[in-house]
Amino acid sequence: MKRRTLLASAAMGLMLASGAFAQGMDKVKACFVYVGPIGDGGWTYQHHQGALAVQEAYGDKVEIQYQENVPEGADAERVLTQMALGGCNIIFTTSFGYMDATNAVAAKFPDVKFEHATGFKREHPNVSTYNARFYEGRAVQGTIAGRMTKSNKIGYIASFPIPEVIMGINSYYLHARKVNPDVQLSVVWAFTWFDPAKEADAAKALIDQGVDVIASHTDSTAPLAEAAKTNGAVIGFGQASDMAEYKDGPRVSSIIDNWAPYYVKRVGQLLDGTYEQIDAWEGIAGGEVLIGEITDKVPADVKAEAEALREAIAAGTYHPFTGPINKQDGSPWLAEGQTAPDGDLLGMSFYVEGITGDIPK
Amino acid sequence: MDWGGINPVILIATLMASAVPILLAALGETVVERAGVLNLGVEGMMVIGALGGFIVAVQTGSPVVGFIGGAVCGAALSLIFALLTQVFLANQVATGLALTLFGLGVSSLGGQGYNGVKPPPTGKLFPQALADLPVVGPIVFGHDWVVYFSIAMTAVLWWVLKATRVGLIIRAVGESHEAAHALGYKVNRIRLMCIAFGGAMAGMGGAYVSLARVPQWVDGITAGAGWIALAIVVFASWKPWRVLIGAYLFGGITVLQLNLQVAGSGIPVEYLSMAPYLITILVLVIISAGRKANGAPASLGQNFHASR
Repeated sequence: MKRRTLLASAAMGLMLASGAFAQGMDKVKACFVYVGPIGDGGWTYQHHQGALAVQEAYGDKVEIQYQENVPEGADAERVLTQMALGGCNIIFTTSFGYMDATNAVAAKFPDVKFEHATGFKREHPNVSTYNARFYEGRAVQGTIAGRMTKSNKIGYIASFPIPEVIMGINSYYLHARKVNPDVQLSVVWAFTWFDPAKEADAAKALIDQGVDVIASHTDSTAPLAEAAKTNGAVIGFGQASDMAEYKDGPRVSSIIDNWAPYYVKRVGQLLDGTYEQIDAWEGIAGGEVLIGEITDKVPADVKAEAEALREAIAAGTYHPFTGPINKQDGSPWLAEGQTAPDGDLLGMSFYVEGITGDIPK
Repeated sequence: MDWGGINPVILIATLMASAVPILLAALGETVVERAGVLNLGVEGMMVIGALGGFIVAVQTGSPVVGFIGGAVCGAALSLIFALLTQVFLANQVATGLALTLFGLGVSSLGGQGYNGVKPPPTGKLFPQALADLPVVGPIVFGHDWVVYFSIAMTAVLWWVLKATRVGLIIRAVGESHEAAHALGYKVNRIRLMCIAFGGAMAGMGGAYVSLARVPQWVDGITAGAGWIALAIVVFASWKPWRVLIGAYLFGGITVLQLNLQVAGSGIPVEYLSMAPYLITILVLVIISAGRKANGAPASLGQNFHASR
């Protein structure tokens, strides 16, 4: 009983405090919840770069707080509650698995703004979601993969069977097949975002089976390190971060998640009072998805082709999911010339035609 | 010679390497537990060893020195545990858990600036000509020296625990520290040495992850391998060869399930993902079932103080 009263009064205090600044705020405490360590060199590292950019942009007007290695699930809810009680004005939850926890805690703290990355639930007016169109980057990777593979076997280390990952697999495969009709895709589900040893094992399994181009959707650089052991026979891509340290090795390009513009914009809006609930989904055009430098390992014509694709996507003249595309079972999804509606992508739970294997449920 | 697209020779060769971290850590913990100490800090010692080994290898340019560095770091961390539990008689379970949290935190701090650095490669022990032999090449001659070391350590520990005076003393301390004390053995000193040995082995196992298996440093690189090692010790009923079986089973099925996915076996991925845990536990329980003298060391987890 006592604890509940304490929570209630703390929450009320917060409400009063933030009510006073309804028209913008003098100082914002921005908090970040990370699923992995900052040192992962990938996903979480990039989110942290975004957080640092916020600090840089606003200096004294912003206080940054973050917690690393927060498990998805009940622990996340505790961490979020603590942050909300601790005076955070805006909380960025940077992994898909925080979706329910974010909404549950948001209900209890209506004056704290919550921003959930890669999710689709906005159950309360103070919950916004933001995502990046990674599948646009996968289209570029797929093109390179289809052109570069010698064995016609390409691989994808997948994390969890969620729409964002499935979107990436489909886009990667479609564009590889477009330039190389013989290409075969092997998908390995690692069921983890971050486990370097397991990611290395998954890469090794793919390599053992003759795959020579590996894309990964997990957070560490381990797949590239494994590919590096083959002395150039196998290539891969930087994922989430540039992973430039493998440039002289297997890394031929990368997808870079650039969260900084979004974080800076949202915290800025909170400071000047123009903040509103949104559902943001920017891609290459908006600068949230960057394609890392394509190295000289890729022949000039392939590089030019990949860069032309990137420019077409950026200019809005090409959508990576443009019909005709059938689902894996042969049923039609997109008709000739039709582009995928965002709703279809955000709920994507099927492979496109040509990919073998099943998506785990 | 393929089974549904999977080459068994490559599979066996891969599993021998992928089981090394768990095997080394579990062997060390076997000795610790046979001496009656329950050190739940294996994960922490492994991750410190992974970082320590990595830093030493990068600084000196020698992976062998790196492995020694990893072992020293693991042993050093385990001495904190030894100090708390053997001198100050702190609760072993709580201290061990704290050691894991401490190790993960310290390694995360100490690893700043080592992200993305590449360690010197750990080469294969035998010339490529031998490793190219069919079948026996990859399995017998295709590994780096740590793989052979881990197998040799299994044999050495089995022999030491079973047939030597040192082994007898360790077991006596673990089974009945009162009796061992009455015979004049320095219980806490013996345990301290066992803990340090366990720490060194765990540290070396960790160093294998960061120097050979993943070759790089990232935070939390061991990702739970220490806990698997702990479980394997128990399910292997504290016997070195069974620890080896357990580690190889776990490593083997982990590798196999990934290969099955790539080969498109049609088995649902969920079952494949849980298979390593399930099958390892099942097999070890079956091996250990129905025989006498398979219990835990009688004094496991109990502190000893000579005044009592």
